[in-house]
Amino acid sequence: MSKITYIGALREGMREELLRDESVFCIGEDIGTYGGAFRATQGFLEEFGRPRILDTPLSESAIIGACVGAAIMGMRPVAEMQFADFVTGGFNMLVNFAAKVHYRWGPSVPMVVRLPCGGGTRGGPFHTTNPEAWFTRVPGLKVVAPATVRDAKGLIKAAIRDDNPVLYFEHKYLYRRLKDELPDEDLITPIGKARLAREGNDVSLIAYGSMVHYGGQAAAELEQAGISVEVLDLRSLVPLDEEAILATVAKTNRVVIAHEDTKTGGFGGEIAARIAELGFEHLDAPIRRVASIDTPVPHAPQLEDAFMPGVEDLKQALKETVEY
Amino acid sequence: MGKTRRSPDGKASGRKEDAALAAYDEMFLLGLYRDMARTRALDDRIEALYKQGKLVAGCYSSRGQEACSVGSTASLRPDDVIGPMIRNLGSIVRHGVPLTLVLRNYLGRATGPTKGRDGSSHFGSLQHNMLGPISMLGALIPVCAGAALAFQMRGEDRVALTWIGDGGSNVGDFHEGLNFAGVLKLPMVLILENNKWAYSTPIEYQTAAKNFVCRAEGYGIRGATVDGNDVLAMYEVTREAVDRARAGEGPTLIEADTMRMRGHAIHDDAKYVPEEMFETWEQRDPILLFSQRLRAAGLLDDDTVAKIRQEVRAEVDEATEDATAQPLPDGKGEIDEVYA
Ligand SMILES: Cc1ncc(C[n+]2csc(CCOP(=O)(O)OP(=O)(O)O)c2C)c(N)n1
Ligand SMILES: [Mg+2]
Repeated sequence: MSKITYIGALREGMREELLRDESVFCIGEDIGTYGGAFRATQGFLEEFGRPRILDTPLSESAIIGACVGAAIMGMRPVAEMQFADFVTGGFNMLVNFAAKVHYRWGPSVPMVVRLPCGGGTRGGPFHTTNPEAWFTRVPGLKVVAPATVRDAKGLIKAAIRDDNPVLYFEHKYLYRRLKDELPDEDLITPIGKARLAREGNDVSLIAYGSMVHYGGQAAAELEQAGISVEVLDLRSLVPLDEEAILATVAKTNRVVIAHEDTKTGGFGGEIAARIAELGFEHLDAPIRRVASIDTPVPHAPQLEDAFMPGVEDLKQALKETVEY
Repeated sequence: MGKTRRSPDGKASGRKEDAALAAYDEMFLLGLYRDMARTRALDDRIEALYKQGKLVAGCYSSRGQEACSVGSTASLRPDDVIGPMIRNLGSIVRHGVPLTLVLRNYLGRATGPTKGRDGSSHFGSLQHNMLGPISMLGALIPVCAGAALAFQMRGEDRVALTWIGDGGSNVGDFHEGLNFAGVLKLPMVLILENNKWAYSTPIEYQTAAKNFVCRAEGYGIRGATVDGNDVLAMYEVTREAVDRARAGEGPTLIEADTMRMRGHAIHDDAKYVPEEMFETWEQRDPILLFSQRLRAAGLLDDDTVAKIRQEVRAEVDEATEDATAQPLPDGKGEIDEVYA
């Protein structure tokens, strides 16, 4: 078995769904001839042709709006935002149209919006953000964030088969850095189920996306120092696997929450609140959040490194939480 | 519903000369008249319910604009999709949605199309090929383009028809949606109802252009203008656009010249509208104009008018009774219906 990258797994997942179901189609800017800015849809135009692989005008609202209309009419569109940042242009369509159709008058809206997100790539204020928290608070939307090669595939397939609008946050930093072997079977990651990425006893790290990896590295290094860290990879933010969160908190009694998004109003606040509401008695230390600082994402490497939490920040927070 | 095709031999006895009318059969013409009358009667009923304190939300009159909706929708097949905005009650009525569903929604009933979750004519019904709007003006245009895209992809010869106001046409989605539809040659028709006002704002504060239809050229699509108060002209101009869309010739933007005859909503006394404007347009009321024309052609007389009025009234009464008798929501299970 040969190894496949995170973006390769995403591509394979989409391709399998395109082959499996005629109502699935891909839509976005430069996804056809060019194969997508990051080549996620490379080879699709040759294999499936236009209009199933549909290059569109540069119109995020029209792309997402058209997905809503097509989905109501029974199609299963998969839209690509060239960068997650540009979803702002289609914000209204997601939060007001897509999210509310089913609740308001019944039809299901089976559509996926793919959002290449995240930093470490020196992309600056408009090509690096992690805008998931704008959407996690919108009833009617689902939000997933694969951290592994396996889930890059399993979650895109689950998202395409889901009857709701699903926002799929794919991390650009992981695209080609992660490689893994995948089984040949029809790989589906159920949406709403977290994954125990690493077992431990002293403290829990709750993370998603890139932070699962930085967290894993921090955990490995702390193990040398005799601290055993459990890492929970959420995989899905909405719906949220509350059970898995409470289980790990009940086990280690100490928790650090990490995300690459900025801190204030970030999704970590919601996780912290749930633990405080439902798991207060399990806690032996205050809940800690590790996140980017509250500034726009800066461009220069020195600035971006200072902005984003790294392995050292995680190690320190984990250590302090254990020592509290 | 009796969607009628052109029928050259449909002349009823006693029909007088009206070259344009002569091309249509009597049933079809009277159907247009009746559906405008049904729309107005329903509109009036909604206003009355509001005044009786029975409506949960506001009410937005389409009085004076019935032709824009009824005439255009008459050009569709039942399997074509409509995406009506707030002043397109006539489209909902003409496309076969039972009046009780409209009233149940206005009255916030549990058995209504949104179960009390949204009000007024803000609902959709897949069964009736009707897409529901959201309040954000313009958003329905890309969504209708998406419905049209689904038809095009599946090789179905269905068409999507939607509307926008002179005000709403200045939202970015108007531009994105029409341009997108133009590039992909989607089977979509957009009617821009230039009713001269957007809430209190006159059209000269909406655009510096001499009209709205000139935008069609900018998107490389067909544009057309029409007297929006002439129901037959509305039918014809939309019919041509729909036929072209169905034949794969792409979208059309139709600018309909009309007038909003009430305030923005019922709370608005429209004092900012010059009185003469109302007076002039009152003479051009679409139902009045069409009935005069039908009478002149010998297709309508006092008896028929009285009969239609009575039937329409009975239908609206029955729908009101039915809707009023429906249960109110109990507030349970809401959380379970957010996701499909
Ligand atoms: C994007 C957006 N902005 C503002 C509003 C509030 N609003 C509702 S209707 C309206 C005026 C609309 O005028 P027009 O588009 O000409 O339609 P008409 O009421 O004349 O039919 C306004 C400002 C809205 N619904 N959506
Ligand atoms: Mg207007």
